[in-house]
Amino acid sequence: MSTIRMRISPAGDVLDVKALIRHPMETGNREDKSTGEKIPANFIQKLMVSVNGEQVMDGNLSEAVSKNPYLNIKVPGAKGDEVTISWTSNTGESDEATQAA
Amino acid sequence: MQTKRRVFLKGSLAASAAGLAVGAGLLSPRAVLAAEWPSAAFDSESMDNALSELFGSGDVADSGDITVKAPDIAENGAVVPVTIESAIADSNKVAIFVSKNPTPLVASFDLSGANPFVSTRIRMGETDNVTGVVNAGGKLYKASKEVKVTIGGCGG
Repeated sequence: MSTIRMRISPAGDVLDVKALIRHPMETGNREDKSTGEKIPANFIQKLMVSVNGEQVMDGNLSEAVSKNPYLNIKVPGAKGDEVTISWTSNTGESDEATQAA
Repeated sequence: MQTKRRVFLKGSLAASAAGLAVGAGLLSPRAVLAAEWPSAAFDSESMDNALSELFGSGDVADSGDITVKAPDIAENGAVVPVTIESAIADSNKVAIFVSKNPTPLVASFDLSGANPFVSTRIRMGETDNVTGVVNAGGKLYKASKEVKVTIGGCGG
């Protein structure tokens, strides 16, 4: 199952995109309480958004973005256009999801 | 087309340089991503430093045309909802800073079509200003909003 959930509401020539990504966003400062060892940093660094294959936003995130990142943006587009969101983490993991408005 | 080719060339040069450095054991895998992700800006421990690493300039003017929406009091610093919106023409980059966090730069967004509007949820270590910085036409503008944090959200 994709880690990315999207809700897109068209309003005129703008799409209001709300996205929720399932990700721990580990800062690297937290300790595992049972072992006392630090949990390594694991957070999303790149977050890209495109509409119909055309990139509209290139986001850089840090470990200061909350766990399970939420993002609300407004992109150009109309009903039927396809919004794609993709992410890559500092550990090299990635995911992508596309949804029609 | 020309600009894309330029970006591609720069990107591949940076990537090959990074690859060589890794081969020589100079860099950890995390640093390799620096070719794209602005790690120098994100690793900066002062806001001025992070600003100049990210935008190439620390010269920022206060602006009433940027709206920073955040709660007056956040009980849990681990989840603080923040919205930055700019009414300045040609806003092409929006960044979020929390100056007292261990690394003040929280996130930055390069806009190539999307509106200068970003809403997300961030971590804050203590009571502090949330600052939105916007690049518009090569100039930097900012606006801030204070958030009182009851329990910090950065550490263990």
